[in-house]
Amino acid sequence: MLHLFQIYLFVAFAGMAFYFAFRGYRRVYQNILLGRSEDFSGNTAERLRTMLLVAFGQKKMFKNPIPAVLHLFLYVGFVITQIELLEIFLDGITGKHRIIYHAVEHIPALHFLYVFVINSIEILSVLVFIGTVAFLYRRFVSRVERLNKPELKGFPIQDAATILISEILLLTCIFSMNAGDSAMHIKEYGEGYGFAISTFLAQFITHFDYTTLHLIERMGWWGHLSLVFLLLVYLPYSKHLHILLAFPNTFFARLYPKGYINNMPEITKEIKLMMDPSAVPPPADANAAPVKFGAKDVFDLSWKNLLDAYTCTECGRCTAACPANQTGKLLSPRKIMMDTRDRLETVGAAIAANNGIWKEDGKSLIENGYVSIEELRACTTCNACVEECPVMISPLDIIVQLRRNLIMEESNAPTEWTGMFTNMENNGAPWQFSPQDRLNWTKE
Amino acid sequence: MELKTYADYAASGETPEVLFWVGCAGSFDQRAQKVTRSFVKILQHLNIKFAVLGTEESCTGDPAKRAGNEFVFQMLALQNIEVMNNYGVKRIVTTCPHCFNILKNEYPSLGGNYEVVHHSSFLQNLIDEGRIKITDTQSFKGKKITYHDSCYLGRANEIYEAPRRVIEELDADLVEMKSCKSKGLCCGAGGAQMFKEDEPGKKRINIARTEEALETDAQIVAAACPFCSTMLTDGVKSFDRQQTVKVFDIAELLAAGQGLETINF
Repeated sequence: MLHLFQIYLFVAFAGMAFYFAFRGYRRVYQNILLGRSEDFSGNTAERLRTMLLVAFGQKKMFKNPIPAVLHLFLYVGFVITQIELLEIFLDGITGKHRIIYHAVEHIPALHFLYVFVINSIEILSVLVFIGTVAFLYRRFVSRVERLNKPELKGFPIQDAATILISEILLLTCIFSMNAGDSAMHIKEYGEGYGFAISTFLAQFITHFDYTTLHLIERMGWWGHLSLVFLLLVYLPYSKHLHILLAFPNTFFARLYPKGYINNMPEITKEIKLMMDPSAVPPPADANAAPVKFGAKDVFDLSWKNLLDAYTCTECGRCTAACPANQTGKLLSPRKIMMDTRDRLETVGAAIAANNGIWKEDGKSLIENGYVSIEELRACTTCNACVEECPVMISPLDIIVQLRRNLIMEESNAPTEWTGMFTNMENNGAPWQFSPQDRLNWTKE
Repeated sequence: MELKTYADYAASGETPEVLFWVGCAGSFDQRAQKVTRSFVKILQHLNIKFAVLGTEESCTGDPAKRAGNEFVFQMLALQNIEVMNNYGVKRIVTTCPHCFNILKNEYPSLGGNYEVVHHSSFLQNLIDEGRIKITDTQSFKGKKITYHDSCYLGRANEIYEAPRRVIEELDADLVEMKSCKSKGLCCGAGGAQMFKEDEPGKKRINIARTEEALETDAQIVAAACPFCSTMLTDGVKSFDRQQTVKVFDIAELLAAGQGLETINF
């Protein structure tokens, strides 16, 4: 009876988790599609290679070895634990106990493989534990500077703590499950399954009676599973979403040199008309949307910029490398990504609440508590943020598009820049020199 | 200083090997003009047939583009492309990483397709070909030189070794700053910052970078960008160290090594 109840509970639980997770991920997907289209077709081989190296292979993480190694523990540990999760799932649906183990128990080669895999999971779990504790230490005790910047106040810090503490609970549960199970096995057969860590832990609890051990095992099993379900649902609301989006984001990363900023074709057309007096402008299309230069809100950014925003895990390597931020300016590339995502979430929620139709809210991504003009002005376009990002996000791409809007739509420029533009237009140089003096340097 | 413009070449029916794109800083800024002359001295010393556009050259549009003014950028770019395509320009060398980046990466889709090299790569090639002979082996001996990576050469286009190779040709000691190569700290000039005041903050970016340069105890801070040179020179002055620490472009250093230029440090 209890047995059947557990199966029903499992299925109900799993069903609910998948339903809510689906809604969360669909929301993220739909929000990303609010961005304007940008073509990323072609170069599939190079894109796959980038994804394998940077997301799967963590290549860019290793610019910074200590966090890279700690992160590698968590990453590999997370990936390999999914094998044990598979067995937990199968056990949950069938109501069996260690279904894979019992299937391979009498086939020596497979039995060995099973024990080997679980051992790997257990050893990696210990490393994950070390990594997680180190991450908590770095964030809350030694207070690594990039993890304690103003833009992280409130939910972002809470989000980070939630993930790290869940990680520790997950590990506690998996060891409670395996140790309880091993202790029962020892009681029954005189020896454990051959799992190094849990057999070691089991020796401290073998004096408990069978029922208590079973309870320890069940608590671990259900605890682990519940946390997995909760995290699955929580993930699309968290910075931790990078564990999934790092892959598409590196796949769709821009392949051209970092110095390149795209040319706007709509402007080329206008200038060519200006330069060629005999050209006849094409008839205006009355139905065409008015041309808008640069980006003022999330709709004007490319879907890739929005994917970037959801991929950001707020590690702050960009901000730590930013020359403006280092010298005390307001600009923080990480905040650009966070503001973009926050604005996108607000816009997406408003659209969802209004039957899929966007109603202007009188706000935009510029100012309104999002990206301030002062921040935008401080960027030197040095690409340090782009270089640093381990998942190939470009805050600079967003900054340039917002700057374009300020300059070309709002005519909002510092006076020195207005003078510079005039000089460039009239004298072909950013300073007020006559073009006739261009060869004056030869006169010495 | 005698030199030929593209118009001169066209008039005589000749074609130069390469167009030397001088850039606005190289043309007008007094300090950068010296770098322009040093580079020309090297070209002339090696009998390289080069031309400049002279009065037909305009700003590439870089500061406007990075500030967000695509109109001004494209207006200048399309004018420059028209001039260069009329002359049939194939190859460009420039002493400015901003000009280099924009000519190489952003002009092609507007119709300007050229082989563009920065003077650091150009000089490295000449060294590799054995065409540069260092005659002054004494001035640099035992001296420390630190190289400041320009963002538009380094991260933007991944050129880190060429300028270092040029410095290594001199018999000096190349020392690195705390942040260098792909982690190099910006001088503070890019993105049209050169043309306006810094936003409010703790300090100016060029001061932060100069601090790193001074920490190396180098006598020479080498740069490969006119804007970086200006920023670092101002930085050194603000620490009142201009008597003992000098900022030079790699072209000036190499010209001095060849005995084409006298520099004081």
